[in-house]
Amino acid sequence: MSEKKKKENPEDSKIDEILESSRRDFLKMVGIVGAASVAGGAAIYSGYRHEKAKSSGETIKVLTEDNRLVEIPKDQVKDYKPDLKVLQTRGRLGIKGKKWVMVIDLSKCRNARKCVAACQGAHHLRPYEYHINTLVMQESKNTPAYYMPKTCQHCDNPPCVSVCPVDATFKRQDGIVLIDNERCIGCRFCMAACPYSARMFHWQEPLDAEADKGKEYDVELNVPQKKGTISKCLFSADRVREETLPYCVSACPNGVFYFGDENENAVTNGTTKETVMLSELLEKNAGYRILDELGTKPRVYYLPPKNRIFDFKQGPATEYKETT
Amino acid sequence: MTTSHSGSTRYRERVDSVSKDILRNVRFNQGFILWMGFLTAVLAVCLFAYTIQLRKGLGVTGLRDITSWGMYIANFVFFVATSLVGMLISSVLGLIGFKWVKPIARIAEIIAVAFASIAGLIIISDMGRPDRLPNVFIYGRVQSPILWDVTVVTTYFLVSLMLWFIPMIPDLAIAKTRLNGRPAFLVKAYELLSINWVGHKKQVKTLNEAGRILLILIVPLAFAIHTVTSWLFAVTPRAGWDSSIFGPYFISGAFVSGTSAVIIAMFFYRKSYKLEKYLTDFHFEKIGRVLALVSIVYIYFNINEFLVPGYKLKTLDEIHLKELLAGEYAPLFWGVQLLGLLIPVILLLFKQFRKPLPMVVIASFVLAASWLKRYIIVVPPQAHPFLPVQNVPVEWIVYTPTLIEIAISVAPLVLALMIITILSKLFPVLPIHELAEEETLAVDGHETDLAHIDETAVYNEEKKANNN
Repeated sequence: MSEKKKKENPEDSKIDEILESSRRDFLKMVGIVGAASVAGGAAIYSGYRHEKAKSSGETIKVLTEDNRLVEIPKDQVKDYKPDLKVLQTRGRLGIKGKKWVMVIDLSKCRNARKCVAACQGAHHLRPYEYHINTLVMQESKNTPAYYMPKTCQHCDNPPCVSVCPVDATFKRQDGIVLIDNERCIGCRFCMAACPYSARMFHWQEPLDAEADKGKEYDVELNVPQKKGTISKCLFSADRVREETLPYCVSACPNGVFYFGDENENAVTNGTTKETVMLSELLEKNAGYRILDELGTKPRVYYLPPKNRIFDFKQGPATEYKETT
Repeated sequence: MTTSHSGSTRYRERVDSVSKDILRNVRFNQGFILWMGFLTAVLAVCLFAYTIQLRKGLGVTGLRDITSWGMYIANFVFFVATSLVGMLISSVLGLIGFKWVKPIARIAEIIAVAFASIAGLIIISDMGRPDRLPNVFIYGRVQSPILWDVTVVTTYFLVSLMLWFIPMIPDLAIAKTRLNGRPAFLVKAYELLSINWVGHKKQVKTLNEAGRILLILIVPLAFAIHTVTSWLFAVTPRAGWDSSIFGPYFISGAFVSGTSAVIIAMFFYRKSYKLEKYLTDFHFEKIGRVLALVSIVYIYFNINEFLVPGYKLKTLDEIHLKELLAGEYAPLFWGVQLLGLLIPVILLLFKQFRKPLPMVVIASFVLAASWLKRYIIVVPPQAHPFLPVQNVPVEWIVYTPTLIEIAISVAPLVLALMIITILSKLFPVLPIHELAEEETLAVDGHETDLAHIDETAVYNEEKKANNN
């Protein structure tokens, strides 16, 4: 039974593989240390006496990944830093059992653009490079204009993923569409295919290219950004892993964003931190998805801009203006 | 027996006279060196521009997030399109049995080889990370049309190369004994490439079979390369690309640009290679009719492509069509449609315009318009996406190709010209044995039994005679 289950779940087996290889590495290291100790017994002995005198002998209780409580000397504790292989593996698999979903309440948006700033700060983007952008929308001359924050829609039938020639952009089990800029060849077919214009390309050296040099690449944050590759909204996959709300959601001062798990049928408002039932929220407010007729099956829902709580002040901003 | 013997003697005489005319151009003369030197200099400038792009990123082009495919992709489509003519002339028209395509078939294959081989390179110049090209083979996913394109363009190039080479084997055998005064390596190459061709019955049979298989094989292949290229656009939902007739629309357009390229090449070879005897007014008259026919088919697809969405005027189609027909792109659109398609067709209906000189002028207009047409297909539909473009710098909204981008776009043309020059300067540009056969046939009234002609024997005899 357990064997079968293991086979069915690729995530488990992959993590097992990683653990297996780190165990092998560990054993190898023990071997080397052992050999060294035989060779230089005397030196080690004096070193041991010296260390014993220095060490406090304090221990600490630690919960391991397989849920065992173990005790280790305090001075041997090191911060865990996942390497590229771990980041890539877990980044591609996503979080088991989750189906992330976002709800954007258009009646509350007053174009504060705090979501944009928070996102650009987290992902090291320039002021005109967007993962999220707030647009001025007006369907026709006689209908009122409103603000619309636009993220990647994390489609369940993503055209960008279909056309990618190298599997650089992919759909995870938790519904998030990510881009692996370690693999992207920069053909921009995904940009051509995306009806939401959700993607951006690094036409030049990214903003923090110098500062981010040498940093381990986290596909869930897409930092360091790379010249000649695509970048896009990630639903803050790194924050979601830590069970916190996405950057844009928690930065909004006006309660526009809800984020949560479709499987739990619960979404949390980023401003009020109030958790509500997803189905009820959509039903009561006539939730809809943009360009749903294209068959992309977005994971971002919109609540119509009815009874707007803020006045519409600004006309359409078609051009970017440097704000000083 | 006697007739076939006299036929073979006459055939040999014909081979002598035809090969003298054709092989006259196989040499490294001053013109060749100057021309190649000029191309190399231009290429160096283009490559310098490319090093700037490699260093600074694609930001040195006019491309931005809104219009992320521009000149490079238009150029790619144009090159794939033009290469399709190899299939049209040697395969479609040849298999139907038109004898007049014989002297043109190799020219068409040269163009096919040159343009198909360069098409792949253009895509590399458009890539943000060309160093990651191996990823396409390491991580390639079959559901991406790019993978289909890579596969079929490569296959088409290889089959076109074979279609250029295989019918030339007898010519190489004929020519290897007649290359006096040429560099030794060229004679050696001819000997090697003629792969022991002696004109034996079995060899003739194998050659004909191989040629026939390739000619049939290349038809679906050629349709595949340009249909798949059109799908790079048609698989997206954008207005202007979201069209179910994009496959045939592209293919019919490809025949137009390819045929005009062949006409220009024919004119050039006729003049500077002094081949008036073989590329006659009759051939121009015939290929002129072909250009008129394929252009009319293309006009038909154009009507479908613009009239149907224009009738319905769905919001985004309306914006796109307004931009094309009456907006920013109107001069380009109408220039291309009128000067590059409609007027050429009308002129070509008249006999006096199906003469070499008027036709090369017409073909030049058509070929230039074909390139601009690809630009119109690729660029404008990106300017108006589904959601509004806001809060970006103005140069991100309007696409204007930069000088560096134009320089890099010239490189493929230079490379294609280099390949055409080398293929037509180092090897016979017209099929010697077929032309000789045709002339003998005209005199004898029946085909020569090629089994009686042993080129090696001829070669040995000549060698003997020289030694004596």
